[in-house]
Amino acid sequence: MADSLEPARLELEGVTVGYDEEPVLCDITLQIPHGAQVAVVGPNGAGKSTLFRALVGLVPLRQGRILIHGRPLGSHQDCVAYVPQREEIDWRFPVTVADVVMMGRYGRLGWFRRPRAADRRVVQRCLKLLGIEDIADRPIGELSGGQQQRVFLARALAQEPHVLLMDEPFTGVDVATQEAMLSVLEGLRTEGVTVLVSTHDLSLAAKRFEQVILLNRRLIAYGKAAQVLTPEHIAELFRGQVLFLEGAVVFDQCCPPQERTRGIQR
Amino acid sequence: MIAWALEPLRYGFMQRGLLASLLVGILCAVVGCYIVLRSMAFLGDALAHAILPGIAVAYLLKVDLLIGALVAALLVALGIAAISHRGVIREDTAIGILFAAALSLGVALISRMKSYAVDLTHILFGHVLGVGVRDLWLIGALGAVVLLVIVLLFKEFLVVSFDPVLAATLRLPAGRLRLLLLVLLALTVVVSLQTVGVGLVAAMLVTPGATAYLLTHRLAPMMGLSAAIGAASAVAGLYFSYYGNVPSGPAIVLVATVFFLLAFAFSPKRGVFWAYLRRRGWRNRHGGPEGPCAGQGPLRS
Repeated sequence: MADSLEPARLELEGVTVGYDEEPVLCDITLQIPHGAQVAVVGPNGAGKSTLFRALVGLVPLRQGRILIHGRPLGSHQDCVAYVPQREEIDWRFPVTVADVVMMGRYGRLGWFRRPRAADRRVVQRCLKLLGIEDIADRPIGELSGGQQQRVFLARALAQEPHVLLMDEPFTGVDVATQEAMLSVLEGLRTEGVTVLVSTHDLSLAAKRFEQVILLNRRLIAYGKAAQVLTPEHIAELFRGQVLFLEGAVVFDQCCPPQERTRGIQR
Repeated sequence: MIAWALEPLRYGFMQRGLLASLLVGILCAVVGCYIVLRSMAFLGDALAHAILPGIAVAYLLKVDLLIGALVAALLVALGIAAISHRGVIREDTAIGILFAAALSLGVALISRMKSYAVDLTHILFGHVLGVGVRDLWLIGALGAVVLLVIVLLFKEFLVVSFDPVLAATLRLPAGRLRLLLLVLLALTVVVSLQTVGVGLVAAMLVTPGATAYLLTHRLAPMMGLSAAIGAASAVAGLYFSYYGNVPSGPAIVLVATVFFLLAFAFSPKRGVFWAYLRRRGWRNRHGGPEGPCAGQGPLRS
């Protein structure tokens, strides 16, 4: 496929997305260079998930267009991999870790075909990369939160994507898993995979990602982390729910309980 | 014992009945795995009842009752998909509306036909001993088609059932695959009509699948085990029917329910019996079934 030689460049031109009357995302214009690693930061309900869902073609665009490799969405078969939030998965389904990771190969297999040795090798490699090869035969319902997140990142890697989208992957996982995932992302940088990670952890975004998108229904800022994360932008991002206290930024938000501890960022 | 087992088979109608039950038991059990996993038990029941007006109309028009049933089941399956397609009306609401409407229409039509009243219990609870050679062929052929489609599209159905978001990312035609699954379900329900009847098809779809779910943690073994449980229930149920003088449908379903209750209590990992013993501290002293998920809750409703 010729696409694999081109840079994984992601362009959004005036993208507006909305389910009903009021748009969730308004007039987003962005150009993400190939191989960039970008944190998408915004409060709850800012439209981070919706942005990702639009990027994989799950929600229709009301206006604008999305280009990957300069071509519109849908003309690529398996370019974009999406790691959903853990709440979206049915953990009672009877599949093992290896089964889930193998699903990442289905797009390349095509109709009626069974996985071959080459696919199994890719699955093994992805399992190893995330340190979950020894739980390959465990049913997914028996995993811890961190292990669950690793499985779905392994599946996304098995898709061999050009663009990787991760929706809140660091929410509710242990530190070891967070570091394991970040080091895998580090490795993807050399392969030129473009990575977008949504989070509302400002300090993580600032420390571990070279580029940051600030999103709250519309694009507030996009660029190098140090330039984007200014008090003005953050105030705008959280719309008056912030308080500046001698160098600390305190924002007040109605968060789910496990996220509330992250309310204070320096 | 052998004489006891062979005695019913002296009759041609029992041989045909046994074969029909076996085929239906396996078919329902395999298709039912998707019903169990996608929480669509209500849909199976709805499709079964939706068949009633089809049969009544076929009877009035003097065409084959199975054809009438098939057309009605497919119409309702498509109707449910059409009403819930836009997302304004939820799928379970659409099922509820069409299910009640079809059932009412069926009863209204049948109650107008005085001569038909006798056969109504056959439709509701099955009349496996009336299976003819031609019916057997039809059951076999349709069943083979359904199972073949499930084998061929195994991984596509797996993704669509487990993770619709991935299905969309992989550009699988999720809507069409779901519709195909509905059609397979409709065919299964129609084929099962003579063996277990309208009222009990849902049980044959759900019970073996739920039993197998308690005993395995992969889809393919779940389907195999479910088929085995379906087949065993069919055979044991038919003997129960013969010797106990019970209608075949209820007999088969009761046997399947016994299997389910045994698995529910004694499943190595999920059995409530072991969970009870663990709570009493029995395992600390004597050891017992292991596993981090032992004692996990029952199936999602």
